[in-house]
Amino acid sequence: MNEQTTTLDATQKLHFYQKGTFTVGNRLVSDERRAVQASTDRSNALTCGHRACQGCGEALGARYAMDAAMRATGGNVIAVNATGCLEVFTTPYPETSWQTPWLHSLFGNAAAVATGVAAAMRVKGRSEVRAIAQGGDGGTTDIGFGCLSGMFERNDDVLYICYDNEGYMNTGVQRSSATPPGARTATTPAMGPEPGNVFGTGKSVPKIAVAHGIPYVATATVADLHDLERKVMRAMGIHGARYLQIHVPCPLGWGSASHDTIRLARLAVECGLFPLFEAEHGVVTSSQKIRRRVPVDDYLKPQRRFAHLFSTEEGRERIGRLQGLADRNIAEYHLLEAEGDA
Amino acid sequence: MEHPFAISLDVGSSLANLTGSWRTSRPVYVDRLPPCNNACPAGENIQSWLYYAESGDYESAWRTLTIDNPLPAVMGRVCYHPCEGACNRAQVDEAVGINSVERFLGDVAIRNGWRFEPPQADSGKRVLVVGAGPSGLSAAYHLRRMGHAVEIQEAGPFAGGMMRFGIPKYRLPRDVLDAEINRIIDLGVVMKLDTKVDRIVESMREGGFDAAFLAVGAHIGKRSFIPAGSASKILDAVSLLRSMEGEDQPLLGRRVVVYGGGNTAIDAARTAKRLGATEAIIVYRRTRDRMPAHDFEVEEALQEGIMMKWLSTIKRMDEGTLTVEKMRLDESGFPQPTGEFETLETDALVLALGQDVDLSLLDGVPGLEIKDGVVTVAPNMMTGHAGIFAGGDMVPSERTVTVAVGHGKKAARHIDAWLRGDAYAPAERHELAGIDKLNTWYYADAPKTVRPMLEIARRQSTFEEVQGGLDETNALYEARRCLSCGNCFECDNCYGVCPDNAVIKLGPGQRFQFNYDYCKGCGVCAQECPCGAIAMVPEEI
Amino acid sequence: MLKQIEGSRAMAEAIGLCRPEVICAYPITPQTHIVEGLGEMARTGEIKNCEFINVESEFAALSVAIGASAAGARAYTATASQGLLYMAEAVYNASGLGLPIVMTLGNRAIGAPINIWNDHSDAMAVCDSGWMQLFAETNQEAADLHIQAFRLAEELSMPVMVCVDGFILTHAVEQVDIPEQADVDAYLPSYEPVQVLDPKDPISIGAMVGPDAFTEVRYLQHYKQTLALRLIPEYAADFKSRFGRDSGGLLRSYRADDAELIVVAMGSVNGTIKDTIDEMRADGLSVGLVTLVSFRPFPTEALREKLVRARNVVVIEKSLAVGMGGPLANNVDLALRNVAGAPQVHSVIAGLGGRPITRTSLHRVLRRALVQPWEGSHFLDLNEEIVAKELHYVRKVRRSGPTAENLLRRLGQAADEAAVKTAV
Repeated sequence: MNEQTTTLDATQKLHFYQKGTFTVGNRLVSDERRAVQASTDRSNALTCGHRACQGCGEALGARYAMDAAMRATGGNVIAVNATGCLEVFTTPYPETSWQTPWLHSLFGNAAAVATGVAAAMRVKGRSEVRAIAQGGDGGTTDIGFGCLSGMFERNDDVLYICYDNEGYMNTGVQRSSATPPGARTATTPAMGPEPGNVFGTGKSVPKIAVAHGIPYVATATVADLHDLERKVMRAMGIHGARYLQIHVPCPLGWGSASHDTIRLARLAVECGLFPLFEAEHGVVTSSQKIRRRVPVDDYLKPQRRFAHLFSTEEGRERIGRLQGLADRNIAEYHLLEAEGDA
Repeated sequence: MEHPFAISLDVGSSLANLTGSWRTSRPVYVDRLPPCNNACPAGENIQSWLYYAESGDYESAWRTLTIDNPLPAVMGRVCYHPCEGACNRAQVDEAVGINSVERFLGDVAIRNGWRFEPPQADSGKRVLVVGAGPSGLSAAYHLRRMGHAVEIQEAGPFAGGMMRFGIPKYRLPRDVLDAEINRIIDLGVVMKLDTKVDRIVESMREGGFDAAFLAVGAHIGKRSFIPAGSASKILDAVSLLRSMEGEDQPLLGRRVVVYGGGNTAIDAARTAKRLGATEAIIVYRRTRDRMPAHDFEVEEALQEGIMMKWLSTIKRMDEGTLTVEKMRLDESGFPQPTGEFETLETDALVLALGQDVDLSLLDGVPGLEIKDGVVTVAPNMMTGHAGIFAGGDMVPSERTVTVAVGHGKKAARHIDAWLRGDAYAPAERHELAGIDKLNTWYYADAPKTVRPMLEIARRQSTFEEVQGGLDETNALYEARRCLSCGNCFECDNCYGVCPDNAVIKLGPGQRFQFNYDYCKGCGVCAQECPCGAIAMVPEEI
Repeated sequence: MLKQIEGSRAMAEAIGLCRPEVICAYPITPQTHIVEGLGEMARTGEIKNCEFINVESEFAALSVAIGASAAGARAYTATASQGLLYMAEAVYNASGLGLPIVMTLGNRAIGAPINIWNDHSDAMAVCDSGWMQLFAETNQEAADLHIQAFRLAEELSMPVMVCVDGFILTHAVEQVDIPEQADVDAYLPSYEPVQVLDPKDPISIGAMVGPDAFTEVRYLQHYKQTLALRLIPEYAADFKSRFGRDSGGLLRSYRADDAELIVVAMGSVNGTIKDTIDEMRADGLSVGLVTLVSFRPFPTEALREKLVRARNVVVIEKSLAVGMGGPLANNVDLALRNVAGAPQVHSVIAGLGGRPITRTSLHRVLRRALVQPWEGSHFLDLNEEIVAKELHYVRKVRRSGPTAENLLRRLGQAADEAAVKTAV
């Protein structure tokens, strides 16, 4: 029996986890090596009874990230939330779904409010309590961008998490600066000479964050829990300004099936449109390789916001441009094994 | 009011909001039928024993396996593993090496001397099993575990049937076979060798048996009329293989021709080679792709230097020469004569043209139906004569060890029910867990382990086992390649991916439960279940 | 300790004595010297255990203060004018969340036209945001009010804006008595929040509140300000007993008890008004003054008590609600609402954008009020000639151009003409 156990350990080291290498848990590995989400002790920072839509990627991403942060800090987290879906569906009076200390102030000031929280903790001699600011892409890349940049350049001890669902979903699916080209939103209808969101617009806040030279920047996805948790853990192990952008599909805004939330997040990574990478002090240090590359069509097709692209010749040409964007990401971040090695 | 009104709220208070009312369809945990289980002629619960094996609990794996099949070490060597042909993993990378893990478990069990649990109580019923081949041994094993007194009457001097007399040692070492047979006998099965049953009804009456299971096999080699000179050495493959178990090895000469295209032909040719033939040639009237023999066996034979002569029939044999006519396939794939002939230098001709059943023991039994040389049985394996059941090669079916073992189990269940005046109703079959039900992204790429093979020189000259087994590391690796199709393996995905925390984790071995108070029915759990163990069912509103 | 000191420095020192824990600074004239002083004191260690954060905007400044306050720290910031408007959303948020932040407002006009000088437009723009607003008359009071403001804010969990006239107070060097630390510590207890973000006892702050409870939340805010009407005089009295001077309170009156005409005003202009009243009293005119310190909460009853026996009330204020008139006058009207035989209220809009309010002009307008009171708003020292010219021009020319620039040009022309006349 002893000998058997020894052999098992040896095989664990060899990563023979055909089953469960990418799953949330794995009964064959020790608890520490399983995802936080596999544990019955996870904090469920965001608990049952919230009013997010069915299959909400943001609800999932927020619990993933906050639970990991809670694990990393021994439960010493204070969260500041920007206005948006996450705020509205978690805290409509008289019920809150949060189990951590949590503050909502305004749409555009989450980063600054978190700076205040961190300052208060420092001055109170409780620097073990860590501040996390969180918001959607609207609250981050648009209205909250000034405060975000200020927090970055001051290198305040805040982890800012952007749950990126690529639009203003709470207000009825309008365009944000994180809306991808071609996507139909309520303010970029699939009409006119350039239907959907205009190509050549938008910005990459992760890249802008990298340009601030802050200690840590990463992108993550609800489709790769292990990677996401590792990045949150890494972020919580560092002091100073940190930024994490998590891709969270929105069934309502994207016009996708509620059960496809994780699948779409996965396809976004696997086609190259949402690159997963990490950067430290202004330098990109790693990227998550694509395991099974797919054409962007596979990602776009299950989403009604892109349906108009599939009905015309011009639309097909735009899909080609989106493929070009994916290809560029793949080259820039070395997302394929071979290219990474080259 | 502990804190400012309305603006500040007590944590976790949303638990009061039961979002389960939003649901239009609900997830339910299901156990779907894994394709391997579905394909296994012996009805093994492969997914289940791999589940134990992959955690290193080999004894539980072996015990689960032997609920259905008492001969894993044998099966791990001689089964043609239709399970692997059906394995979903083949569509991801390569099929799981189920057969090799089965052999590993069988060998571990032999090494550790694991024994079967004896029956809890005796039923008081007696069952006669005729024939100690795979089917008879399987039936005896199952009947004994059900509590019946079982006696096997075997005409030959050894138990094992075709496993001993049909399968060469280099594929199935005899110590392995003996170990697994003895373990069945140790359960309290009475084994009477050299006991030929001539009149089944009399034998039952004399022995006071309440039922009988006939599994005499098919061991009479079919002969085809081939004009031959007086000195020509012609023998059948079954006899050849059987004689290998005797004291004296048969003398075949330097040049041996085997006539036929089945697995037995291959076995005969490879045996001839090992007996010292410099040329062992298989003559078959069709082409390689139409050979009934399994391709891997053909391949192994070719590796060992066996020669193949396709599209040929043997017309006559004279001393030292064979006359062969070339054939061609017509539009429907049948071989047609061409009128072209050639001769082959030959010391012996081995006929491997199939086997017939010796049905003499059934003479005069009322109600029996015999058709095309085999006994007709009902779906419950009972012959036309009440209380007499039959299986294995003597009933219409594919003739493999695995099928025979399956017959034994199936017959045992029906005999058991019949003895209680009941009818055995098989459990309802679950929906098949096809690849479309899986989410294979969660499985890492892991190519199949290749089993070691004996080096060619020794394969050509000795009867040592050709194919090696897996060591523990390999076996674990291979077991862990199982996708667990259709059956929860507690990966925690549903527990993790639920946006509403509506999955309750019940702890190791207890799986999960849905909390329908909060489940909104989004279906992410079902979509992200790697193994297809969650189904979405519409809510009745 | 008496010091000859700039107003901003005096305020900074007083604020420092309050032991602020988080100070957020974004520079805007005329507030800059206050945060510069605080920044220096935080650096030198004069203020201990304090985070001084240079932020990127006023919106961030108050937002940082919101976070710090919610996490249990005593938080302070300062702004003025445009800056206050830029943080307006957070101004409402801080009070809505009930966070006891103290903010100095260096009162300054709001553009356009852009103007850095003093008036009260900024304070009036957010007077209904739920913050308490205290107006300082002197540099001494400006310093003292901060000490009282922290106590008031933290007692009620409501933010307080201390309004000080830009330049007139912030940049004037006067003698100010800076209190001793021990006295301030005795007066101002340490901050004990009613709600705090703490992992040991988590709560969610900032819920979304619908029609079912929003009215109640607002009512409770209002109710707290009515409580302040009692606390403000109480804290002023306590302050007086400890520090020996009158600072703060809801309002103060000067020679008003028997006055036929009472002036109402806020901020530094009261000094000039008092001088004018002294001169008018010397001339035998029955004139008095009520100085409002607390604009929010508005001391309706206390004010009514002071005014009700007068024949006329003249409200002099440095703000204009365009299209309505003087907001302070409007509020004073409220104090006299439904009072039988109440005095007539007359509005004077004065000192906009930093225009000096001179004794000469005050004499003129107050003497007129005694004999010929007016209806509506009187714009003190309005250059009617220039206004008339511009109005005429605008009526004539569709594309008349920007009013501010036109007026400046006319002023230039008038000056030239005057120079020519003088030369002649």
